[in-house]
Amino acid sequence: METLEMTQNATQNKEQEKPRPIKKMCFILSKSTVDSAYAAMVMANGARMEGIEVEMFFTFFGLDVINKHKMNHLHVATVGNPSLPIPTLLGGLPGMEALVTSQMKKEMERLDLPPVDEFIEMIHLSGAKLWACKLAIDMFKLKEEDLVDELDGVLTIGDFYERAAGEGTHIIFI
Amino acid sequence: MEKVIAGKPINVNEEGYLVNFADWNKEIAEQIAVEEGITPLTNRHWEVIAYLQDVFKKEEPLTIRKVGKSGVTDIKEFYDLFPGGPLKKATKIAGIKKPVGCI
Repeated sequence: METLEMTQNATQNKEQEKPRPIKKMCFILSKSTVDSAYAAMVMANGARMEGIEVEMFFTFFGLDVINKHKMNHLHVATVGNPSLPIPTLLGGLPGMEALVTSQMKKEMERLDLPPVDEFIEMIHLSGAKLWACKLAIDMFKLKEEDLVDELDGVLTIGDFYERAAGEGTHIIFI
Repeated sequence: MEKVIAGKPINVNEEGYLVNFADWNKEIAEQIAVEEGITPLTNRHWEVIAYLQDVFKKEEPLTIRKVGKSGVTDIKEFYDLFPGGPLKKATKIAGIKKPVGCI
């Protein structure tokens, strides 16, 4: 009996040691700052480049990233951002956010990072699924025509969890 | 390290990418493609491979965005031609270096 258990344990350990590659990455984007949006898009695009399935769920302010009127006007937060070399009091001055944002956009262009609309299109063409959060759409009174044509649909969080089913799926909240 | 591809010992790195592009030929490409699960290689595959090699010879960095704007193929077709990691697989088959970069 003991030997049998030991063999079973050994088999289980071996199973656990096997590399289990990531099969699907699910991103929930709830913010609309340049850094959050690009973090999500770079990770989503990078996953597709590795052959990993991707689902993106845009909720709350993250909806700005798939909002036709807002997506190319995202900003860097200059107030309450300890990583910027600007004191919070100065960060609140008029024009400061626009200045810092335009500097960051120049740097991104240098690295061949696409603008938001092109990046979303690239991710869509790569086969990733893009979803908007129903609750947030209702809250912000948005219409589907405000959102990009690449959108695959509007989901509840429950629907999104269903899409995340399966072994090797990871969910990231940004 | 050496690996026998299409009947000849070829220098490859630990990921299986050719060390010297000069060693590359179509038979080698076909065998790597089989190993990567990309079969058969169609005319469209060869056109994209030729484009990638062209960019490599010009020593320009390769990104999905660049391939998408090449006029040779678009992003959707690129993913369809080389499913499961287009840039990674296509460069391996083309006998050129694996692109380093996040986009």
